[in-house]
Amino acid sequence: MSLVAHARLLKFAAIFCVAFGMAACSKNPDDANGGLNGGIGGAGALGAGSATPGSAQDFVVNVGDRVFFETDSTELTSAGQATLDKQAQWLSQYPSYSFTVEGHADERGTREYNFALGSQRAESTKNYLIARGITANRIKTISYGKERPVAVCNDISCWSQNRRAVTVLAGGNS
Amino acid sequence: MTALFSRRHFTSALASASLAPLVSTVAWAQERTLDIRGGGTFRAVPIAITNFAGDAQQAGMMTGLITNNFKRSVFLQPIDPKVFADKQINPDQAPAPEFWRTINAQFVVTGRVSRNPDGKLRTDFRLWDIATNQQAAGQTYVADPANARRIGHIISDMIFSRIIGEKGFFDTRVIFVDESGSKEARRKRIGIMDQDGGNVSYLTKGDDLVVTPRFSPSSQDVTYMSFGSSDPKVYLLNIDSGQREVVGNFPGMTFSPRFSPDGQRIVMSITQGSATNLFAMDLRSRSTMRITDTPAIDTSPCYSPDGSQIVFESDRGGTQQIYVMGANGGGAKRISFSDGARYSTPVWSPKGDYIAFTRQKAGAFGIGVMKPDGSGERIITEGYHNEGPTWAPNGLYLMFFRDPGGQAGPKMFMTDVYGRGEFPVATPGFASDPSWGPLLK
Repeated sequence: MSLVAHARLLKFAAIFCVAFGMAACSKNPDDANGGLNGGIGGAGALGAGSATPGSAQDFVVNVGDRVFFETDSTELTSAGQATLDKQAQWLSQYPSYSFTVEGHADERGTREYNFALGSQRAESTKNYLIARGITANRIKTISYGKERPVAVCNDISCWSQNRRAVTVLAGGNS
Repeated sequence: MTALFSRRHFTSALASASLAPLVSTVAWAQERTLDIRGGGTFRAVPIAITNFAGDAQQAGMMTGLITNNFKRSVFLQPIDPKVFADKQINPDQAPAPEFWRTINAQFVVTGRVSRNPDGKLRTDFRLWDIATNQQAAGQTYVADPANARRIGHIISDMIFSRIIGEKGFFDTRVIFVDESGSKEARRKRIGIMDQDGGNVSYLTKGDDLVVTPRFSPSSQDVTYMSFGSSDPKVYLLNIDSGQREVVGNFPGMTFSPRFSPDGQRIVMSITQGSATNLFAMDLRSRSTMRITDTPAIDTSPCYSPDGSQIVFESDRGGTQQIYVMGANGGGAKRISFSDGARYSTPVWSPKGDYIAFTRQKAGAFGIGVMKPDGSGERIITEGYHNEGPTWAPNGLYLMFFRDPGGQAGPKMFMTDVYGRGEFPVATPGFASDPSWGPLLK
């Protein structure tokens, strides 16, 4: 899937949402606010505001636990950087948490390469958080390659959700 | 798991068998040669497999197993028994060639399975060359009934080799990953089976996520990547004892293991920071050696059959491509060049003549082969998702997995290297990451 096609699809989705005003449309990948339950580190079913400040739920629901990547890319997008800025702020506020950054790839790659790719995504996420003041010894990384998708279908609407790095707090209930 | 016996164990009974030994007399392959290479002149060899005589259940199994093997061989073409004048003929007499010529049978297989007083199965077979009306091969095997399928595969290999003039591949096993559950939370365990899908058993329980099992070419060992309580690591597992150990002591993730052709080394990927490089570990001395040193992703290493070179994939040039280098590293040379394509999972044929790979191009995932210098690329199958070829030990067939996407799962297929015939490999559930083991001894 080319980036052009991706952009076209997002544009189409935006028009679709405007035309029909559907609430479900807000669940685009960069919203990362609980619409992706079911994956490793996925949020609980709590709405915003109901999580205790400083809890793992608070982190997932109000900060956003994941960032997304373009096809075969390990570069953080601007939306991803914005999410990580919020993560860094929250993690600085609650310094007792250590956490694991899980790197994932979509299914449009081969298994072994995707382990390395997921690893690079976790690493670039980790490095960004370190640059924002989080100490390295709080952070572990792991790659799941394409083994743990959160969305399953044969088009980019799923693949774009699976190309992700998820920050999972230690002691969280996920 | 049934303990594996050597072929000698089965045939040692021959000397004490009451029937005179079946003797091969005709050097058929010297008189006629079958050109199995790619091209337009190939014609499969028609062969009639008559019903084995004797113990009805075991004989039926034997006839069916051999017929099914030959169907998938592509080079041999079993004739539909519906056109046989007699489905079963006396296995102690030469078949009347006149009839078999009328249905264009070049060879006829006859046989018998009977039970010895001690409960063991005695299996005889003969291969008859209809052109010369002489016996081209024959053998007697005595074995525990639990090994009946193996006898069928050994017979298949003898016949295949006699007619085709290439090593057999039927008496082999395949390890693979059995998959169950939703794609979001797939349960994976390592399975092992005969190459035709028979005798399935499992080597891991499914508690830990396991991928990419690879057979040792020389022992009953498997190396694979497993997720456990810490970083995912490469493990070594003995099939017979069930004993398991981590390979090497490296920080970070280790994955993509593969044995050297002599079974003495494991080459694998190790991720440190953003870089993934190749290392090899000697299994006896446990010493490790770095083979590549790049900031890129180097993975899917595979030795050449003589152990002197390694083929691997790397994105050092920007996208996944296939490279060949010396086994100690250095001098890596790119060999894959199709426009806009990404290449991965290279595996060197045991014959040395081809490298099989996965190719991603224009949104499709294909399985193909090319020569070790990158020339002669040929795509054998292409579609939504085909991945991870593995070679039969005779270098004439590939197995790979195909995933239709969605919540359906992968299944495995085999094809001859020229793409003349593709067949599904029967597995109990979804199955991926096949690794074809060596011809059993």
